[in-house]
Amino acid sequence: MKISQKDFFSKHDPKILPIIRKATVGIAGAGGLGSNVAVSLARVGIGKLIIADFDTIEASNLNRQQYFIEQIGKPKVIALLENLKKINPFSEYQIHHIKLNEKNIPIIFKDVDILVEAFDKAEMKKMLIETWLSEFPEKPIIAASGLAGYGMNELIHTKKLDNLYICGDEITKLKNNISPMAPRVGIVANMQANLVLEMLLM
Amino acid sequence: MKKQIIVNDNPIEWKKNLTIDKILKIMNYSFKMLVIKVDGKLIKKDEYGTKIVPENSDVKIIHLISGG
Repeated sequence: MKISQKDFFSKHDPKILPIIRKATVGIAGAGGLGSNVAVSLARVGIGKLIIADFDTIEASNLNRQQYFIEQIGKPKVIALLENLKKINPFSEYQIHHIKLNEKNIPIIFKDVDILVEAFDKAEMKKMLIETWLSEFPEKPIIAASGLAGYGMNELIHTKKLDNLYICGDEITKLKNNISPMAPRVGIVANMQANLVLEMLLM
Repeated sequence: MKKQIIVNDNPIEWKKNLTIDKILKIMNYSFKMLVIKVDGKLIKKDEYGTKIVPENSDVKIIHLISGG
């Protein structure tokens, strides 16, 4: 079914839509956090998303990540691009199937207004945050820390340290071989997406 | 009044030659994956033992946890 851009955006706030359409947001990682952040920001109509991830989809990812059974085996960024285009074909999506490191992060994300940290491993989170704060101290980065388990809504918060923002509870650790669960990772991902909007519209 | 610094919003006593490593010990932080800022400036791991934290500094220590 074909829809028009006008229809898609007909109930968006006309006061903020032009700002959203002009924005470019980076998402580092396309797993539980990244795929959920991307879906929300695509629905909102962010003008351009730049998404990087090296991984491919496994059956165990479907408990929390925005993919489908028939996409198992595909690179996450390829599958995410398919899904985002089905949701909102009116935004631009630039994908990179690559493992991010200190060298390629500043190149891939140099044009973003805001970067979202959406990695799984703590050492990768640290590498990305430190690289970003060193290379682009004037550009915001929104990270996530502490989202394992279930319940405990009241512990999830946002912390601001200048241009570094942390969403999560900052305490719950992953148990061995047990992944985060859809509700809590989805909440934190959407807190990150919500903060992207707040900062763009400040 | 004693000389102090602020670590994650808690005042702690400032001593001469106070390094990040010493602050982590005082605070009893044993986490490995940290992002540390002193007065808004990022301090990298290779400076934890050498960087002297001046009196009245505002130190922020973020602990990063896997999961995403």
